[in-house]
Amino acid sequence: MISAEIHNDTSALAEFEPASLDHDVLEVAMGPHHPSTHGVFRMDLVLDGETVVKLKPVFGYLHRNHEKIAEQNGYLAAIPYTDRLDYICSMTNNWAYVLTVEKLAGITVPERAEYIRVIVGELTRLFNHVCLAGFLLQDMGALGTPLMYAFREREKILDLFEALSGSRMMCNYLRFGGCRCDFPEGWIARAGEVVSNFSAFLDEFEALLTDNEILQARAQGVGVLPAALAINAGVTGPSLRASGVDYDLRKVDKYGIYARFEFRVPLGKNGDVFDRYMVRILEARESLKILEAALAAIPEGPILDPKTKLRGLRPKAGEAYGRIEAPKGELGFYLISDGGPKPYRFRVRPPSLINLTILEDLCLGHTVADVVVILGSIDIVLGEVDR
Amino acid sequence: MQTLEQIKARLEAGVPGAQIQIVPNAGPANQPSLLIDAGHALPAARLLRDDAEYRFDYASNVTGVDWPAKVTKEKIKIKRVVAGLEKEVEETVEKNSPAYLEAVYHLYSMARKEGPLVLRLRTENRADKVTLPSLTPIWRSCEFQEREVFDLFGIVFEGHPDLRRILMWDGFVDHPMRKDYVAPTQEVAA
Amino acid sequence: MLGSGIIKGFIETGRNFAESYFVPERLTTVQYPEEQLPPHENTRTIPFLVYDASDPAVGLRCTACQICEQECPPGCIRIVKDTTKKPDFVGKMQFQPAVFEIDISVCMGCGICAEVCPFDSIKMDHVFNLCAVERLESMLVRKERLAKSNDYFRSIHPREAREIDAQRGEEKAKAEAKTRAAAAAKASPATNPVCGAAA
Repeated sequence: MISAEIHNDTSALAEFEPASLDHDVLEVAMGPHHPSTHGVFRMDLVLDGETVVKLKPVFGYLHRNHEKIAEQNGYLAAIPYTDRLDYICSMTNNWAYVLTVEKLAGITVPERAEYIRVIVGELTRLFNHVCLAGFLLQDMGALGTPLMYAFREREKILDLFEALSGSRMMCNYLRFGGCRCDFPEGWIARAGEVVSNFSAFLDEFEALLTDNEILQARAQGVGVLPAALAINAGVTGPSLRASGVDYDLRKVDKYGIYARFEFRVPLGKNGDVFDRYMVRILEARESLKILEAALAAIPEGPILDPKTKLRGLRPKAGEAYGRIEAPKGELGFYLISDGGPKPYRFRVRPPSLINLTILEDLCLGHTVADVVVILGSIDIVLGEVDR
Repeated sequence: MQTLEQIKARLEAGVPGAQIQIVPNAGPANQPSLLIDAGHALPAARLLRDDAEYRFDYASNVTGVDWPAKVTKEKIKIKRVVAGLEKEVEETVEKNSPAYLEAVYHLYSMARKEGPLVLRLRTENRADKVTLPSLTPIWRSCEFQEREVFDLFGIVFEGHPDLRRILMWDGFVDHPMRKDYVAPTQEVAA
Repeated sequence: MLGSGIIKGFIETGRNFAESYFVPERLTTVQYPEEQLPPHENTRTIPFLVYDASDPAVGLRCTACQICEQECPPGCIRIVKDTTKKPDFVGKMQFQPAVFEIDISVCMGCGICAEVCPFDSIKMDHVFNLCAVERLESMLVRKERLAKSNDYFRSIHPREAREIDAQRGEEKAKAEAKTRAAAAAKASPATNPVCGAAA
């Protein structure tokens, strides 16, 4: 059993003995202004030469007190703020929140709306995973080429989101009991085109990256996360599955209509940076399967539960914890209702924050250059870490 | 997953002296929770993690809730003697709910794919007796989340390896997520 | 062979580079502002108020119900009801706003105001290349700047405007039919029996 006593001892520095008498440790603050920290994020590194001896993550630079705002504004007004949590994946943030409100208030969702949610959710997962591969290579010094290829594909999906919800990133699209509006004309055909071309793009992307010797040298064996530590530290999402733990909420909780789709869950063997990259690419391929099936099978029907209220929703007093498999991990919302129009307690369980728990463990003994790569492979967005 | 009553019985048997209550959850979500007294929370958590029947190896969510003192008025019907006759009259009874801070833990089992089990720990009051045992030695995922509860609510977790503010800056005073927090107003220069 | 992965990568970048000269999917740059992508109907930037006919003082649909003000998440809308009423498109007397201001430095373009408006009065605009030279006064958009005609609304949201116009046309026709029937009933009343006449 892993306990916390191992690595968070602040007296470690006092016990450290430098290798020779005439050098000392160097304390470096990496961030918050840094191109590779994925946002305003600081790491207080203590270095012996190039080797990391201690690492303390510091964040809170983007703390906007989203939880208190939602508690003061009400249920409907909280939805646009959830877009801004993991600001790259707004559709899945919306989904986690409306799922929890539906659990709290006992609202059902019509079938067409469930298919729409799966389609936009998996499109989000697609571009999140390829963009993460692009950013990882960017951090390694690939000067932006894989990233721009990933962004080129992401543009097509953002265009679809703009046609559907009105906004590329801050979609504010899902509602309690369904979705805000239906597909415009020709959307399903255009989405089908994007999905059918994506597989060829993934082949090209993998041909560019996976066999690349530099990527393999910098990513294999770096930042190894043992499975037992991952489970105990609450790591979820592709980082957990790269360590070999078979835990995907789409298969475990079977929320929405995911039970109807056939897809596999890729697992890694070593839990290093390369496995975390590979698991994401393989998951993107599985998402394509889900998308093809969902676009083909989506039925006609209403997109919003007719009994649901848009304004003035007052769920019965009680509480609920709802979670989904967001692209970054388990995104959960915990809501307590006191019967009024505003939640009594609104809590976001951010996957990026909890995945950072083991950052120090992964980086100890590696060089500074590896720290950048390891942080990139964990996949954080500061909007979610700080809220 | 076993029912809450069964888990409660097992915990009471395995952790002698533990005071455990089931807190009902009235809404449609059907997620009632177990309230454990602060003194026995750590051995209870260890049992939940290590016992072969439960194996709750994953603490998904740790959060704080602020419950300030509340006075609720309830109308009840009571039999009283009025003018020599026993009648049923309506009376207003005032109920004082105590003030406390609460830490809520959502536990899942990755090994058995079960959950959630919701644990609650309550402090004695909101003013000076705000300590709770930290469950970070059992589940490492509580590390940052308990720091956040300390930062935003003010619950002091004993046994936490590194309890300091996480989201607010280091010199900050007060705990923003409490219900009685007053944000400093900003004077805009004309 | 060491380096075969890098060579494979070079083939991919080479292919992307060469094909960007003649395959449109590879060169995705739109030379803005000479070329512009056509806007989507659903695009939302900041809100605007719709008025019918040609005069916003007469045709402004807003009845100052203040629902958008209450539901706006960041609270950027400010409405003050006027003391006088004016008739709406079916002739019913409705309130109107004396003051209707939106602070677009606060507005996040979420569209909830347009979603909850019961009078199809506030809708989301497509304008995005706005510029201001100072940070305060020009970011507070008042009723006069917010009011745009229904023709403009139809040009940017054709499908939605068509639906709303059809619905309002029906309601107007129903209301007119009712007034005509009431006027006809008043003009020729049923003959009343005269007192004392033989039964």
